[in-house]
Amino acid sequence: MKYRVHVTLKSGVLDPQGKAIHHALEGLGFDGVRDVRAGKLIELELEDDSAGEGDIDQMCRKLLANTVIENYRIEKVEAAGQRS
Amino acid sequence: MKTAVIVFPGSNCDRDVAEALRLATGMAPAMVWHKETELPEGTGIVAVPGGFSYGDYLRSGAIAARSPVMQAVKAAADRGVAVIGICNGFQILTETGMLPGALMRNAGIRFVGRDVGLTVDNSQSAFTSRYDSGESVVFPVAHHDGNYTANEETLDRLEGEGRVAFRYAEEVNGSARRIAGIVNEGGNVLGLMPHPERAVEPAHGRTDGKRLFEGLVEALA
Repeated sequence: MKYRVHVTLKSGVLDPQGKAIHHALEGLGFDGVRDVRAGKLIELELEDDSAGEGDIDQMCRKLLANTVIENYRIEKVEAAGQRS
Repeated sequence: MKTAVIVFPGSNCDRDVAEALRLATGMAPAMVWHKETELPEGTGIVAVPGGFSYGDYLRSGAIAARSPVMQAVKAAADRGVAVIGICNGFQILTETGMLPGALMRNAGIRFVGRDVGLTVDNSQSAFTSRYDSGESVVFPVAHHDGNYTANEETLDRLEGEGRVAFRYAEEVNGSARRIAGIVNEGGNVLGLMPHPERAVEPAHGRTDGKRLFEGLVEALA
Protein backbone atom coordinates (compact mmCIF):
# COMPACT_ATOMS: atom_id res chain seq x y z
CA MET A 1 0.00 0.00 0.00
CA LYS A 2 1.29 3.42 -0.90
CA TYR A 3 0.83 6.58 1.10
CA ARG A 4 1.98 10.14 0.75
CA VAL A 5 2.78 12.26 3.77
CA HIS A 6 2.60 16.01 3.20
CA VAL A 7 4.58 17.97 5.77
CA THR A 8 3.95 21.70 5.92
CA LEU A 9 4.87 24.48 8.31
CA LYS A 10 2.15 25.51 10.75
CA SER A 11 0.31 28.62 9.64
CA GLY A 12 1.81 30.95 12.25
CA VAL A 13 5.38 29.86 11.54
CA LEU A 14 7.42 32.10 9.27
CA ASP A 15 8.68 30.24 6.19
CA PRO A 16 12.03 31.66 4.99
CA GLN A 17 12.20 29.21 2.05
CA GLY A 18 8.69 30.07 0.90
CA LYS A 19 9.59 33.75 1.08
CA ALA A 20 12.72 33.24 -1.02
CA ILE A 21 10.75 31.26 -3.63
CA HIS A 22 8.11 34.00 -3.69
CA HIS A 23 10.80 36.61 -4.23
CA ALA A 24 12.37 34.59 -7.06
CA LEU A 25 8.98 34.17 -8.74
CA GLU A 26 8.47 37.93 -8.63
CA GLY A 27 11.93 38.31 -10.14
CA LEU A 28 10.75 36.17 -13.06
CA GLY A 29 7.83 38.48 -13.59
CA PHE A 30 5.08 36.45 -11.89
CA ASP A 31 3.31 39.26 -10.08
CA GLY A 32 0.07 37.59 -9.08
CA VAL A 33 1.44 35.39 -6.29
CA ARG A 34 0.09 36.33 -2.87
CA ASP A 35 2.03 33.86 -0.72
CA VAL A 36 4.31 30.82 -1.05
CA ARG A 37 4.74 28.09 1.55
CA ALA A 38 7.29 25.31 1.02
CA GLY A 39 6.84 21.83 2.44
CA LYS A 40 7.94 18.23 2.05
CA LEU A 41 6.45 15.22 0.36
CA ILE A 42 7.36 11.79 1.71
CA GLU A 43 6.18 8.66 -0.10
CA LEU A 44 5.83 5.45 1.87
CA GLU A 45 5.22 2.00 0.54
CA LEU A 46 3.89 -0.31 3.22
CA GLU A 47 3.67 -4.08 3.34
CA ASP A 48 0.15 -5.14 2.41
CA ASP A 49 -0.48 -6.67 5.84
CA SER A 50 0.78 -3.71 7.86
CA ALA A 51 -1.43 -1.72 10.19
CA GLY A 52 -1.63 1.14 7.72
CA GLU A 53 -2.70 4.62 8.55
CA GLY A 54 -2.42 4.30 12.33
CA ASP A 55 1.21 3.31 11.92
CA ILE A 56 1.90 6.21 9.61
CA ASP A 57 0.39 8.61 12.12
CA GLN A 58 2.92 7.32 14.67
CA MET A 59 5.74 7.64 12.12
CA CYS A 60 4.75 11.26 11.55
CA ARG A 61 4.67 12.06 15.26
CA LYS A 62 7.91 10.28 16.05
CA LEU A 63 10.04 11.28 13.08
CA LEU A 64 8.58 12.53 9.81
CA ALA A 65 7.22 15.82 11.15
CA ASN A 66 8.44 18.08 13.92
CA THR A 67 5.08 18.93 15.46
CA VAL A 68 6.56 21.98 17.20
CA ILE A 69 6.60 23.75 13.83
CA GLU A 70 5.02 21.41 11.28
CA ASN A 71 1.65 19.88 10.39
CA TYR A 72 1.25 16.72 8.40
CA ARG A 73 -1.42 15.19 6.21
CA ILE A 74 -1.58 11.51 5.24
CA GLU A 75 -2.88 10.63 1.80
CA LYS A 76 -3.64 7.11 0.62
CA VAL A 77 -2.42 6.75 -2.93
CA GLU A 78 -2.91 3.14 -3.88
CA ALA A 79 -4.98 0.37 -2.34
CA ALA A 80 -3.65 -3.11 -1.57
CA GLY A 81 -3.04 -5.29 -4.59
CA GLN A 82 -2.95 -2.39 -7.05
CA ARG A 83 0.52 -2.16 -8.44
CA SER A 84 1.49 -0.07 -11.38
CA MET B 1 35.88 14.97 35.67
CA LYS B 2 35.11 12.39 32.98
CA THR B 3 33.60 13.76 29.82
CA ALA B 4 32.24 12.31 26.58
CA VAL B 5 31.75 13.62 23.06
CA ILE B 6 29.08 12.01 20.89
CA VAL B 7 30.14 11.34 17.30
CA PHE B 8 27.59 10.97 14.49
CA PRO B 9 28.25 10.35 10.83
CA GLY B 10 28.70 13.94 9.63
CA SER B 11 29.80 15.48 12.94
CA ASN B 12 32.65 17.89 12.26
CA CYS B 13 33.18 19.81 15.50
CA ASP B 14 33.68 16.71 17.63
CA ARG B 15 37.44 17.11 17.84
CA ASP B 16 37.21 20.84 18.54
CA VAL B 17 34.90 20.32 21.50
CA ALA B 18 37.01 17.37 22.67
CA GLU B 19 40.03 19.69 22.79
CA ALA B 20 38.05 22.35 24.66
CA LEU B 21 37.00 19.74 27.24
CA ARG B 22 40.54 18.39 27.49
CA LEU B 23 41.86 21.90 28.19
CA ALA B 24 39.23 22.41 30.89
CA THR B 25 39.56 19.03 32.60
CA GLY B 26 43.11 17.92 31.82
CA MET B 27 41.68 14.64 30.52
CA ALA B 28 40.80 13.61 27.00
CA PRO B 29 37.06 12.89 26.66
CA ALA B 30 35.69 9.54 25.54
CA MET B 31 34.57 9.72 21.91
CA VAL B 32 31.25 7.86 21.79
CA TRP B 33 29.92 6.58 18.46
CA HIS B 34 26.22 7.09 17.70
CA LYS B 35 25.46 3.37 17.75
CA GLU B 36 26.50 2.96 21.39
CA THR B 37 23.67 2.37 23.83
CA GLU B 38 25.53 3.46 26.95
CA LEU B 39 27.85 6.25 28.01
CA PRO B 40 31.12 5.41 29.80
CA GLU B 41 30.63 4.88 33.55
CA GLY B 42 31.00 8.08 35.55
CA THR B 43 30.57 10.54 32.66
CA GLY B 44 29.92 13.98 34.15
CA ILE B 45 29.67 16.10 31.01
CA VAL B 46 28.37 15.06 27.59
CA ALA B 47 28.97 17.22 24.52
CA VAL B 48 26.77 16.85 21.44
CA PRO B 49 28.92 18.49 18.77
CA GLY B 50 28.28 20.58 15.69
CA GLY B 51 28.36 19.36 12.14
CA PHE B 52 25.90 17.91 9.69
CA SER B 53 24.79 14.66 11.30
CA TYR B 54 23.25 12.33 8.72
CA GLY B 55 23.69 15.04 6.10
CA ASP B 56 20.91 17.14 7.71
CA TYR B 57 18.45 14.78 6.00
CA LEU B 58 14.77 15.27 6.79
CA ARG B 59 15.51 18.12 9.25
CA SER B 60 18.77 19.17 10.88
CA GLY B 61 19.32 16.86 13.83
CA ALA B 62 16.17 14.80 13.23
CA ILE B 63 17.82 11.46 12.45
CA ALA B 64 20.59 11.87 15.04
CA ALA B 65 17.95 12.55 17.70
CA ARG B 66 16.54 9.06 17.12
CA SER B 67 19.92 7.27 17.23
CA PRO B 68 20.62 4.75 20.00
CA VAL B 69 23.17 6.90 21.83
CA MET B 70 20.72 9.77 22.28
CA GLN B 71 18.53 7.54 24.44
CA ALA B 72 21.55 7.13 26.72
CA VAL B 73 22.23 10.89 26.65
CA LYS B 74 18.60 11.61 27.52
CA ALA B 75 18.70 9.14 30.41
CA ALA B 76 21.96 10.68 31.67
CA ALA B 77 20.46 14.18 31.50
CA ASP B 78 17.46 12.94 33.49
CA ARG B 79 19.92 11.82 36.18
CA GLY B 80 21.43 15.32 36.24
CA VAL B 81 24.49 14.78 34.04
CA ALA B 82 25.48 18.02 32.27
CA VAL B 83 24.81 18.03 28.52
CA ILE B 84 25.98 20.73 26.13
CA GLY B 85 24.72 20.76 22.55
CA ILE B 86 26.47 23.13 20.18
CA CYS B 87 25.09 24.10 16.76
CA ASN B 88 23.93 20.80 15.23
CA GLY B 89 24.06 19.52 18.83
CA PHE B 90 21.48 22.17 19.82
CA GLN B 91 19.30 21.10 16.89
CA ILE B 92 19.58 17.49 18.03
CA LEU B 93 18.62 18.39 21.62
CA THR B 94 15.47 20.19 20.44
CA GLU B 95 14.61 17.25 18.17
CA THR B 96 14.83 14.85 21.12
CA GLY B 97 12.60 17.15 23.17
CA MET B 98 15.33 17.71 25.77
CA LEU B 99 15.06 21.43 25.00
CA PRO B 100 11.89 23.24 23.85
CA GLY B 101 11.34 24.86 20.46
CA ALA B 102 12.94 24.21 17.09
CA LEU B 103 15.71 25.61 14.89
CA MET B 104 14.52 26.61 11.46
CA ARG B 105 16.22 27.83 8.30
CA ASN B 106 17.92 31.22 8.86
CA ALA B 107 15.57 34.11 8.10
CA GLY B 108 17.96 35.35 5.40
CA ILE B 109 18.15 31.82 3.84
CA ARG B 110 21.93 32.07 3.74
CA PHE B 111 24.45 30.09 5.74
CA VAL B 112 25.98 32.44 8.31
CA GLY B 113 29.64 31.84 9.18
CA ARG B 114 31.35 34.64 11.11
CA ASP B 115 32.15 35.98 14.57
CA VAL B 116 29.09 37.39 16.32
CA GLY B 117 28.60 39.40 19.46
CA LEU B 118 26.55 37.77 22.19
CA THR B 119 25.19 38.89 25.51
CA VAL B 120 25.29 36.57 28.49
CA ASP B 121 21.69 36.78 29.60
CA ASN B 122 21.99 34.84 32.83
CA SER B 123 25.24 34.03 34.59
CA GLN B 124 23.51 31.86 37.20
CA SER B 125 23.64 28.63 35.18
CA ALA B 126 26.38 26.02 35.54
CA PHE B 127 27.39 26.87 31.98
CA THR B 128 27.70 30.62 32.44
CA SER B 129 28.99 30.93 36.02
CA ARG B 130 32.33 32.37 34.90
CA TYR B 131 30.61 35.20 33.02
CA ASP B 132 28.79 38.27 34.30
CA SER B 133 25.12 38.78 33.49
CA GLY B 134 24.93 41.27 30.65
CA GLU B 135 28.55 40.64 29.65
CA SER B 136 29.40 40.88 25.95
CA VAL B 137 31.33 38.01 24.40
CA VAL B 138 32.19 37.00 20.85
CA PHE B 139 31.81 33.43 19.58
CA PRO B 140 31.92 32.27 15.97
CA VAL B 141 28.70 31.01 14.37
CA ALA B 142 28.48 28.68 11.37
CA HIS B 143 24.96 27.53 10.61
CA HIS B 144 22.14 27.39 8.12
CA ASP B 145 19.37 26.44 10.53
CA GLY B 146 19.82 28.64 13.58
CA ASN B 147 16.53 30.50 13.58
CA TYR B 148 15.17 29.65 17.03
CA THR B 149 11.41 29.26 17.05
CA ALA B 150 8.98 28.49 19.85
CA ASN B 151 5.47 29.60 20.70
CA GLU B 152 5.02 32.81 22.68
CA GLU B 153 4.13 30.95 25.85
CA THR B 154 7.37 28.95 25.70
CA LEU B 155 9.42 32.07 24.98
CA ASP B 156 7.82 33.89 27.92
CA ARG B 157 8.52 30.94 30.17
CA LEU B 158 12.17 30.68 29.06
CA GLU B 159 12.68 34.37 29.77
CA GLY B 160 10.67 34.34 32.99
CA GLU B 161 12.64 31.41 34.37
CA GLY B 162 16.01 32.89 33.38
CA ARG B 163 16.66 30.06 30.96
CA VAL B 164 17.98 32.20 28.11
CA ALA B 165 21.74 31.75 28.52
CA PHE B 166 22.95 33.74 25.49
CA ARG B 167 21.36 36.24 23.13
CA TYR B 168 22.70 37.65 19.87
CA ALA B 169 23.76 41.28 20.29
CA GLU B 170 22.83 41.83 16.63
CA GLU B 171 20.42 40.36 14.10
CA VAL B 172 21.96 37.08 12.89
CA ASN B 173 19.39 34.53 11.76
CA GLY B 174 15.90 35.69 12.68
CA SER B 175 15.83 33.89 16.04
CA ALA B 176 12.85 34.69 18.23
CA ARG B 177 13.87 37.35 20.76
CA ARG B 178 17.43 36.95 19.47
CA ILE B 179 17.85 33.77 21.46
CA ALA B 180 21.21 32.09 20.85
CA GLY B 181 21.25 29.54 23.69
CA ILE B 182 18.87 28.14 26.30
CA VAL B 183 18.99 25.75 29.24
CA ASN B 184 16.44 23.12 30.24
CA GLU B 185 14.22 23.27 33.29
CA GLY B 186 16.77 21.40 35.43
CA GLY B 187 19.56 23.76 34.36
CA ASN B 188 21.84 20.85 33.39
CA VAL B 189 21.27 20.91 29.61
CA LEU B 190 22.46 23.81 27.44
CA GLY B 191 21.89 24.19 23.72
CA LEU B 192 23.45 27.04 21.76
CA MET B 193 24.08 27.79 18.10
CA PRO B 194 27.38 29.73 18.46
CA HIS B 195 30.61 27.79 18.90
CA PRO B 196 32.36 28.44 22.25
CA GLU B 197 34.78 25.57 21.47
CA ARG B 198 36.13 27.58 18.55
CA ALA B 199 37.25 30.35 20.93
CA VAL B 200 39.33 28.63 23.60
CA GLU B 201 42.94 29.19 22.52
CA PRO B 202 44.89 32.33 21.57
CA ALA B 203 45.45 30.76 18.14
CA HIS B 204 41.66 30.90 17.62
CA GLY B 205 41.91 34.67 17.75
CA ARG B 206 39.89 34.90 20.95
CA THR B 207 39.29 32.89 24.10
CA ASP B 208 35.81 33.98 25.19
CA GLY B 209 34.54 30.40 25.06
CA LYS B 210 37.14 29.03 27.45
CA ARG B 211 35.28 30.16 30.57
CA LEU B 212 32.18 28.24 29.56
CA PHE B 213 34.00 24.91 29.78
CA GLU B 214 36.11 25.90 32.80
CA GLY B 215 33.08 27.24 34.64
CA LEU B 216 31.08 24.11 33.93
CA VAL B 217 33.85 21.84 35.21
CA GLU B 218 34.20 24.03 38.30
CA ALA B 219 30.44 24.07 38.93
CA LEU B 220 30.28 20.28 38.79
CA ALA B 221 33.42 19.60 40.85
